[in-house]
Amino acid sequence: MGKYLEMIRIRFLMMLAYRTNYYSGILIYSINIGAYYFLWSAIYGDKPSIQHLSIVQMTTYIAVAWMARAFYFNNIDREIALEIKEGKVAIEMIRPYNYLSMKMMQGLGEGIFRILFFSVPGMVIVYFIFPIQFTSHPATWLYFLVSIILSFVINTQINLLTGIATFFLFNNDGLIRAKRVVIDLFSGLILPISFFPGWAQSIMGYLPFQGISYIPSMIFTEGFQGSGVIHGLLNQALWCVVLFIPIQVLWATAKRQLIVQGG
Amino acid sequence: MDYIIDVKDLRKEFTSHSSRSGLKGAFRDLFTRNYTIKTAVDDISLQIRKGEMVGYIGENGAGKSTTIKMLTGILTPTSGEVRVNGMNPHKDREKFVRSIGVVFGQRSQLWWDIAVQESFRLLKKVYNVPDEFYNTHMADVIKTLAIEPLLDKPVRKLSLGQRMRCELAAALIHNPPLLFLDEPTIGLDVLVKLKIREFLKEINAKYGTTILLTTHDLSDIEALCERVIMLDEGKIIYDGALQQLRENWGEGKQIQFLFTEDVFMNELQELTKEHLVVWEQGTNASTWTASVENDEEIISAVIGKVVAAKRIADLKIVEITTEEIIRNIYEEGAVRNG
Repeated sequence: MGKYLEMIRIRFLMMLAYRTNYYSGILIYSINIGAYYFLWSAIYGDKPSIQHLSIVQMTTYIAVAWMARAFYFNNIDREIALEIKEGKVAIEMIRPYNYLSMKMMQGLGEGIFRILFFSVPGMVIVYFIFPIQFTSHPATWLYFLVSIILSFVINTQINLLTGIATFFLFNNDGLIRAKRVVIDLFSGLILPISFFPGWAQSIMGYLPFQGISYIPSMIFTEGFQGSGVIHGLLNQALWCVVLFIPIQVLWATAKRQLIVQGG
Repeated sequence: MDYIIDVKDLRKEFTSHSSRSGLKGAFRDLFTRNYTIKTAVDDISLQIRKGEMVGYIGENGAGKSTTIKMLTGILTPTSGEVRVNGMNPHKDREKFVRSIGVVFGQRSQLWWDIAVQESFRLLKKVYNVPDEFYNTHMADVIKTLAIEPLLDKPVRKLSLGQRMRCELAAALIHNPPLLFLDEPTIGLDVLVKLKIREFLKEINAKYGTTILLTTHDLSDIEALCERVIMLDEGKIIYDGALQQLRENWGEGKQIQFLFTEDVFMNELQELTKEHLVVWEQGTNASTWTASVENDEEIISAVIGKVVAAKRIADLKIVEITTEEIIRNIYEEGAVRNG
């Protein structure tokens, strides 16, 4: 376990190694939240609520969705693809650890770094500028915490899948980019799922993406109540388990291919 | 367990497809492909004892790296048996890799963006090295490799020689009984090479570390290894003491003549017909090299006869270098007495 914790620490150091990235990150998050706030206040106009969400709830939804994104978002798919292309995976095979677990820990290190150093300062700034309501129920905070951890797991699993796909596709830059757009759109980051047309909502119910952003944000804004919260968390947990299977299958195949073809 | 590396009839085949030429060929490739099987390592057997330092040499593409990859568990063999440190490298991977250290000269295993000491710290955790051991052992390694001033620098800011020393240190954090070095001195200057060689000798003496080294630089092998294994087209063509290789192959001497005028092969052969001499022309018709047995009488006789008949500007007697020996072996493709 020590090695995995150490990996989180190393990732922290790597993030700190590039200061410009750090400062521009805060700026980008604040701009995004601001832009969406103005867009939504224009859409709301005089209307008190759309789809049962008030303007304050909506603003909070956006701020929280972006804060959660800082935590679950990582580039490990791109990193895996690069390591495969450069043949560095061979070196990973001579280390006494599980490559995928190590990658997941790197993602976690990145996530913790971002939420502490991007999101928290970012949220303080945003809190003073825009009308945002933080819930006072400790239970909601707790549910939210569980929910963003699950959303991290789901997103990272999808990233692992995309990354491992490099073994089979010669060049998967396109796939990585497509995945990013799909996640931003279908996870409810840009538009809450309840705003999609009914048929689209029912399709999305069968996809893992809403577990990434929509569920944690709805829990935090208290758009989900009572059994809705539990239902959301169960949905996320289920996807964590389901996605585990294709990763193992794909990784076992990829490893065989690596071992047969050489570094 | 007698041997630290015990390999029997190890074989590795790669299948690759060859593309047909032209547009028509490319279309045909969409449906059927021509597969060719290439044997990279061809039924080799070798045993290495604990504490040996073995040089593994061969031309590019001879199968050196493939062998190393099979011995470290990165590649699975097509057939044959491999036992390294008493384990099969593919089964029980995590346990096996704890017992080896690997340095690939062309690939870094340190983390690019962070300070060297952070990489060390992570590896220490990865290999579960106890603090006490780490402190004494690594202090020693760091001192011998003189990398103390580099520890707080990120890897990307190190020169190749500095990085290579750090790589070596990183491979030794868990003090493995077996060390694989794949071209560790590639592109390094003479001083760094010397330092690395000295260091390798030291850990070999101190911990009895077994070292398997591949290199293109034969001076590495001369400085370090008593035993060499030579590989050509996937087959072992020589396995034995470096000294013996020299004795079997480097037994002769070469006499280089620089004449003041052009001379012909038949003239020279006529002069030295009583002895076994192989004449070779140098860069022009006035420079000739005579390869003779390492025997004082023959050398004197050949020089005496040639000098008596022809006027010379320069004369040099040289011993055949290891490099030439190896070139000769590759040209003939097999080893005499060997």
